[in-house]
Amino acid sequence: MFSNLLIYFVVIPLLMLAGFAICKNIRQVRAVAVAGSILLMGLSVWVLCDYLALRAAGNMEEMLLRGEWTWFEPLNIKLAVGVDGVSIAMLILSSIIVFAGSFASWKIDDARHFFMWLILLSTGVFGFFISIDLFTMFMFYEVALIPMYLLIGVWGTGRKEYSAMKLTLMLMGGSAFLMLSLIGIYFHSAPEGSQLTWNILEISQNASISTGWQYFLFPMCFVGFGVLGAMFPFHTWSPDGHACAPTAVSMLHAGVLMKLGGYGCFRVAMYLMPQAANDLAWIFLILTGISVVYGAFSACVQTDLKYINAYSSVSHCGMVLFAILMINTTALTGAIMQMLSHGLMTALFFALIGMIYGRTHTRDIRLMGGLMKIIPFLGVGYVIAGMASLGLPGLSGFVAEMTIFVGSFEHTDMFHRVFTIVACCSIVITAVYILRVVGKLLFGPVQDPHHAELTDATWWERLSVVTLIVSVAAIGCFPNFFESLIRFTFSPEIFHAIGLN
Amino acid sequence: MELTILWYLIPSLLMFCCGVYGFITRKNMIAMLISLELMLNAVDINFVVFNRFLFPGELEGMFFTLFAIALAAAETALAIAIIINVFRVSEKIDVDDVTKMKF
Amino acid sequence: MEPVIPIIILALPLAMFLVLGLFGHKMAHRTAGILGTLGMGVTMVLAYITAFTYFFSGSSEFINEEGIRLQSVIFNWDWLAFTDSLVIRLGFLLDPISALLLVVITTISFMVHLYSNGYMRDHHGVWETGFQRFYAFLSLFSFSMLGLVVATNIFQMYIFWELVGASSYLLIGFYYTKPSAVSASKKAFIVTRFADLGFLIGILILSFYTGTFDFTNFTSVGVEGMTNVYQIDLTTSEGVRNWIATSPAPVFMGGSVLTWALVLIFMGGMGKSAMMPLHIWLPDAMEGPTPVSALIHAATMVVAGVFLVARLFPLYLMEEVALNIVTVVGAITAFYAAMVACTQVDIKRVLAFSTISQIAFMMVSLGVARPEFHHGLGYMAAMFHLFTHAMFKALLFLCAGALIHAIGSNDYTDMHGLRKYMPVTHITFLVGCLAIAGIIPFAGFFSKDEILTAVFGQSIFWYIWMSAVAGLTAFYMFRLYYLIFWWKEHKVHEGHHAPHDQPWTMTLPLVILALISCVAGFVPMGNLVTWNGHPMFESVNFFTNLGALDWSVASISLAVAIIAILIATVMYKKENPLPAKMKNALPRLWDWCYHRFYWDELYMFITHKIIFGCISKPIAWFDRHVIDGSMDGMAWVTQRISYAIRGLQSGNIQLYVWIYLFGVVLLGAITAICLF
Repeated sequence: MFSNLLIYFVVIPLLMLAGFAICKNIRQVRAVAVAGSILLMGLSVWVLCDYLALRAAGNMEEMLLRGEWTWFEPLNIKLAVGVDGVSIAMLILSSIIVFAGSFASWKIDDARHFFMWLILLSTGVFGFFISIDLFTMFMFYEVALIPMYLLIGVWGTGRKEYSAMKLTLMLMGGSAFLMLSLIGIYFHSAPEGSQLTWNILEISQNASISTGWQYFLFPMCFVGFGVLGAMFPFHTWSPDGHACAPTAVSMLHAGVLMKLGGYGCFRVAMYLMPQAANDLAWIFLILTGISVVYGAFSACVQTDLKYINAYSSVSHCGMVLFAILMINTTALTGAIMQMLSHGLMTALFFALIGMIYGRTHTRDIRLMGGLMKIIPFLGVGYVIAGMASLGLPGLSGFVAEMTIFVGSFEHTDMFHRVFTIVACCSIVITAVYILRVVGKLLFGPVQDPHHAELTDATWWERLSVVTLIVSVAAIGCFPNFFESLIRFTFSPEIFHAIGLN
Repeated sequence: MELTILWYLIPSLLMFCCGVYGFITRKNMIAMLISLELMLNAVDINFVVFNRFLFPGELEGMFFTLFAIALAAAETALAIAIIINVFRVSEKIDVDDVTKMKF
Repeated sequence: MEPVIPIIILALPLAMFLVLGLFGHKMAHRTAGILGTLGMGVTMVLAYITAFTYFFSGSSEFINEEGIRLQSVIFNWDWLAFTDSLVIRLGFLLDPISALLLVVITTISFMVHLYSNGYMRDHHGVWETGFQRFYAFLSLFSFSMLGLVVATNIFQMYIFWELVGASSYLLIGFYYTKPSAVSASKKAFIVTRFADLGFLIGILILSFYTGTFDFTNFTSVGVEGMTNVYQIDLTTSEGVRNWIATSPAPVFMGGSVLTWALVLIFMGGMGKSAMMPLHIWLPDAMEGPTPVSALIHAATMVVAGVFLVARLFPLYLMEEVALNIVTVVGAITAFYAAMVACTQVDIKRVLAFSTISQIAFMMVSLGVARPEFHHGLGYMAAMFHLFTHAMFKALLFLCAGALIHAIGSNDYTDMHGLRKYMPVTHITFLVGCLAIAGIIPFAGFFSKDEILTAVFGQSIFWYIWMSAVAGLTAFYMFRLYYLIFWWKEHKVHEGHHAPHDQPWTMTLPLVILALISCVAGFVPMGNLVTWNGHPMFESVNFFTNLGALDWSVASISLAVAIIAILIATVMYKKENPLPAKMKNALPRLWDWCYHRFYWDELYMFITHKIIFGCISKPIAWFDRHVIDGSMDGMAWVTQRISYAIRGLQSGNIQLYVWIYLFGVVLLGAITAICLF
């Protein structure tokens, strides 16, 4: 079992948990957190290299590095792992954000328990991305969701109990739909009379879910994951949840957890039920199209930094689901790129907001101003994050959005075209709210004389911010590497294999 | 006059009904406990009687009764202990008054 | 041509940006300034070499035996592949207009780099805070602008288009503690972003139907026997058009797909080039430091729209409608901006409106260009004017910078009568004014004359219209000139130094640009830059342009200019009540002009009242109260129900017993009923 590389994505966090359990002081906790996240990052790079080497050697299977261990025989539940380019991209994203998040929560109270829950959460995240067994996937999904309640409820700020409860309940509501649809998929996973399976690849090969069942299961599955992907109208957990969450949790949540939604929509909903995805896309296109514009417009008039960013996440994550529904190679590649890009830049945003909040003790942009002069490092970081968010070439947002737009426009249907153009409009609105907040927060005269005394970022904050900026710039400057990594999954042959042209 | 099974069962039924009545109506925890004991003992009588009349050569019913008596003793001891503690805390032993631990 | 020099041309400014941006704050101010200037100087020399090689080497890469100039792709790297054919490449396309723009951009940029060494410090020699940042941003801008003009495909252009927008944002907002600068930078970015939306959709349409991003596929055919060398050829554009016509392309709202694509792309150009109604950002952009205004908002970035249309010109030729839109938008803008320029007080704003007007000239010129008429004279004229305008407008802005630096105010009301105090600035400013007014032999005369000739060839109406604008141009420039340097004696306030000329770092660029403005008109542009590479003249010498003049047009425009200058002289040379009289005679008109026809107010109304007030706020409210309210409502209902039924789980064992008994009786009854 331990000869498979992927299983270490779960093993390392579990070892870290054990490590935290025996830690005596905060230094040891930090040491374990940093060492663990570096290991995870190394591991994800290793898996990437392995994957590229295997592909270069001509291995054209859908999933590589596969492993399978039976877990519960009667229901055929297995711990099945395997990765393709998309999962690897997500693994890299998660490990980067866990790394940056560890540094961003350097000074958290009760660090030992905080990190235990945080790492438990990331166990779930990593487990989710490596699983190809629906049941295991769902289990890890839940493992990733539950710690959020405690992390927000205990370490949060503001109306934390309310937000934690709301977030958990809404996501659990989504899970309920999801579980129903997963069980539905299981019972139709194989032709009459043969062994049922939870394995995604086998299900998609069997293609035995009838169109009628697809029509029933697809919406549930899409909504189930869509709740986590902040799809309109199930997005309202996001502003409150983010606003109350501590920095690292916001980072991990917006950066990685929301990606679980998009990833699930693609990997489960679209991949297993392509027919329904194709036929019912219009319903969800309307919803996600609304998400994109609606989130952007809402962000324009918010006054709380985290609310602005949460609504902007609604808009950007809406773009992910939007592109998934276009069902063509370019748009899907764009969707995954957008997940990567949004994950990194929103984590960067939340890190910076947390750092600014830690200094000014307010997140209300009306009470702040001229911070650029006082805390230039954080200010510049914020401007870069903003530029990435509004799609400046050279940073990640641009390539992701452009891939989505070009891909979506390839869909010749008038209805899809119109919605593509509507989604394009969001780039202008994004510019409006980003520049508004940058202008108010960083530029202009210093609003509050007390702020003149603030100190700039410490080394761990700098490290966290720089890591994320470098990642954002790397994707923005060398997009072809990432796109070709991802695109393989969406090559036309595979579309054909799952029943789409 | 022969003592039929009814001669035993009717008092036991009366005892049981008294117990139920007491358990439902009394608010005093001690009284409720006594009612509970009444019910238990009514059941014990039934056990013994049925054993004696239906399976005269065997002793399972008797043993079960002994068990029940032992259990009842233990239970009473525990209940009395709780009631005494409750009394110490709240100076009352009415069930309706002891609501501190309720949500 | 080896790609080494082109790569350095692009890489050097980028490297400067990174070095100055990352390590600038550790450097001394002087070092940063020298480093930036040197870097730009080297880039300029390399760009000159490249342009010289392109125009004069006679290499078969660049010119064929018939003397037709070719498009040569020096390098082209895949950057991002969307599909097999839709690939964004980063490359270097050398053709007449990109070579011309290389020269323009690097020249002006170098002058501005040099000039800023003096400008960005006060009279006591104290450096402006953020001096290093300033140079970093200038380098970033130069990089982006160079990348834009050498783009090999439309998406590369879009990438750098966005980058110039961002660097313009950063530079306008350079004084970021000043609220007006912040809002100006924001406005500039958002307005151009809005225009870019049109550009982007245009690209999407065009690339979808043609299946390519490459300019060379849109407009040219490959030259046989050469890789990466292309010749502009209308037949391929015809091919593009057929392609669009044959594929199942819907005709949308009465226009073909190509028309729509071109109009939308032109919308991007309108944003960057400040055409009406997207011009509102440019006057505000003057909040930036003056050298920035000279570089970005006069000479280079704002002509990107003209460049864009010129780049896609063969496609535009396919769709007369699109070209006519270009003409009309340009003509209206030209007139509007000239009117407004006559009333402004802030000298930079006068120059800004003058820039808008002059760019509109170029647009009109492109719009009226037709291959039938003198080999597409309008195209050549537009590029020529772009070149000369960049020189004299940068000169005027740098002079304005010198004046502002000396006076400490932007308004001519604080200046008046400066000719004795600042002789160098005076002379160079005068040269700039003569050039823009179109007085022979200064640069503007030739290029403007070509434009008017081209317009004349297409439409008499627009010819008269544009001549009037040319007259207005001469009038408002000389009005400005007289109000700054004449009108009345300058009053030196007590305790202040008398204004004086600047250090050599500022003077030198002025003198150089003034010299260029004197002679640039003689550059035989007709042989260098034409729409399809065909030279216009058999042979050239220094007087080619003079000889090629259409004197019937030239004499009229010269007369108009001189009359306008005379009127300005009468009105503004000496302090007199004439201007006030004129103002009172036409109060309504003057008011509208002074308030720029209330465009800003209109935009304010639309953005704040309609977009924020009627869309964003209601959406935010709706989200909090309806969407979120319904989620909270669900939770509330659940909670109410729980409260309602929680009485059953009271913990009261006696109640449980009652319920139990009730249940037993009920079950017994049911059983009994069922049994009997």
